[in-house]
Amino acid sequence: MANSFLEASARERVQGVCDAGSFQEILKPSDRISSPHMALLEQPVAFDDGVVIGRAALGGAPVLVAAQEGEFLGGAIGEVHGAKITALIAKAVQEKPRAVLLIFESGGVRLHEANAGLIAVSEIMRAVCSARAQGVQFIGLIGGSAGCFGGTGLIARCCDVLVMSEEGRLAMSGPEVIETVYGVEEFDSRDRALVWRVSGGKHRYVMGDIQALVADEIKAFRDAAIEAMNTGKVDFDLQSIEAEHALLTQRLEQFGDCRDAREIWQRLGLPSAEELALMPADEFVNATASARNVARGVQ
Amino acid sequence: MSMEQLKYNLPSKQQTQQREAILVGVTASGNCEVLLEKGDDAANCEVDIQTSARGFGTIWQAVLSDFAERKHAGGLKIEIHDVGATPAVVSLRLDQAIEAWENEHGQ
Repeated sequence: MANSFLEASARERVQGVCDAGSFQEILKPSDRISSPHMALLEQPVAFDDGVVIGRAALGGAPVLVAAQEGEFLGGAIGEVHGAKITALIAKAVQEKPRAVLLIFESGGVRLHEANAGLIAVSEIMRAVCSARAQGVQFIGLIGGSAGCFGGTGLIARCCDVLVMSEEGRLAMSGPEVIETVYGVEEFDSRDRALVWRVSGGKHRYVMGDIQALVADEIKAFRDAAIEAMNTGKVDFDLQSIEAEHALLTQRLEQFGDCRDAREIWQRLGLPSAEELALMPADEFVNATASARNVARGVQ
Repeated sequence: MSMEQLKYNLPSKQQTQQREAILVGVTASGNCEVLLEKGDDAANCEVDIQTSARGFGTIWQAVLSDFAERKHAGGLKIEIHDVGATPAVVSLRLDQAIEAWENEHGQ
């Protein structure tokens, strides 16, 4: 069994994060629920359309789980891929598991399927919000090499809790998209340090966009998911959404003129970017605790 | 880019282990996914391929024949989704699939 979350496949992540041997897949590869659109483009399909869904146990509690395979078309969401996740969430509303675990690795909408992919993303977002309002807890895990971008980034931020490793990336537009639209002077997508400073797990943690930063180990993700499940649901009502909006407005005022995450960290009085980059996850969590509160508006 | 569909039926020693379908690998550039299932013909291994790389039929034939000779693949059905995996990668994926099939605990 792989130890690195980054290097593991979607199936290995499900097996390693959930209790050993507990995973029961819904719509197995041999059911051949694949994309109907890829054949028209003369491209090979995946038996599971790039997402594994099913029932499992996490720390002994029943959960539903979905994991995207980043290697297949960058984990992008097509019609069937999306329908599998939406239907899993509908099942969660019926079955009321302790939590729904979403293991993200996806560049967003699958361009091959255009509008069908866009609609699928909105359907998942609506399903997550509706299920949360009905008491279902969502825990998102991000640590794959394709990152979590575009529509999938939006879905991720609809979860109660997000757990990331520093190797993971979370953002709306991916680095190449920004460079293509605004030019290399605005954003050099080949500057890996810049890309990870801006969208990587460490920066997301400092800003409070995610709730836990862990090492790139499947066990660390598992432990954080169990902890998040035991901590319980996060408030999800009009008041909490308005508070989030106020926080984002404040963030723009505080850091809107910063050209790089490095400037934000400086302003927060954190150690140098070089020092922060080298810190293991637990050390980073300690070193940034007070800065994190400032960024979240908690003095 | 256009896709090619290939079909082979290769004589192979009978596989006696019975189990549920097994999937290894991923449909990804330079890689392939292999689904292994119980087939109908105990003396042959049936192989269906979807590949994005056209014109490599003879190489597929060579890699698959080698596999069918080395392993007990009679009575199994193999389906492959390929995005330009090299012959070595295909060979390793096939071995991985049959080893998972023969291993009691799966993958």
